[in-house]
Amino acid sequence: MRIHCPLCGARDRREFSYKGAALVRPLAAAEPEAWHAYVNLRENPAGPLAELWYHEMGCGSWLQVTRDTVNHSVLEVVLARDTALGAGA
Amino acid sequence: MVDLLAKTACDGLASLNIGTVSLREGRAVPMTTLAPFRGQQVALDAALQAAHGLGFPPIGGSCQREEARALWFGRDLGLLMGVEPEATLAQYAALTDQSQGWAVMQLAGLGAEEVLARLCPVDLRLSAFGVGAALRTEAKHMQASICRLEEDCFQIMVFRSMARTMYHDLKTAMEARAARG
Repeated sequence: MRIHCPLCGARDRREFSYKGAALVRPLAAAEPEAWHAYVNLRENPAGPLAELWYHEMGCGSWLQVTRDTVNHSVLEVVLARDTALGAGA
Repeated sequence: MVDLLAKTACDGLASLNIGTVSLREGRAVPMTTLAPFRGQQVALDAALQAAHGLGFPPIGGSCQREEARALWFGRDLGLLMGVEPEATLAQYAALTDQSQGWAVMQLAGLGAEEVLARLCPVDLRLSAFGVGAALRTEAKHMQASICRLEEDCFQIMVFRSMARTMYHDLKTAMEARAARG
């Protein structure tokens, strides 16, 4: 499996480390249910899933990778900085 | 005052010549990371031009002028080598001294690419990685910076604490490459 880093180009999977599903962080004052869902509840789709990967051995970017969990094909990669994931922070 | 002796990262590790490939430590030079503040990369580039006569390195590249070299060192990060940075740069970027923090080695000679191919999961052939190109990748589980200084000469950098491991892995790869002739 190779991930196409927006900065470094296509790189081997071993250069990256995996964080988990890419979820929008709730506001600090959000209801406990929202934080419970953010921390604990996960979808487990057979199909495309947005995930966070860290290009640890390369440029040091956090990436949002959309990966098909059925066949491991990588559908889209963007810098996490350019997403709205941390908008609630 | 006590006179302290500066030891380079590869102190005590002999230069190697195995087959057509040689390995030696790079000259100890000042090294500083340049991390431009958000939106200041263009201004930093201009300040670097004015102060040292070279620009901020493009992604995957490097800039050189006489003794000074700036390597692309990661996202929004450059490494200035060979000169002490002018104080004016601090307006546009966070400057952090890295001198002595990294082991710097030079791998040169016919077949150096084939040695690196045993250690790194990237294409470092001349067609894909030209003179002056610089990237960050894995070298045998170590976070490395690799730059092609000349057509047949690479600069390899790893954290100082990993100097002996990198030396050992390069030596093993050089021997394996030489054994195949």
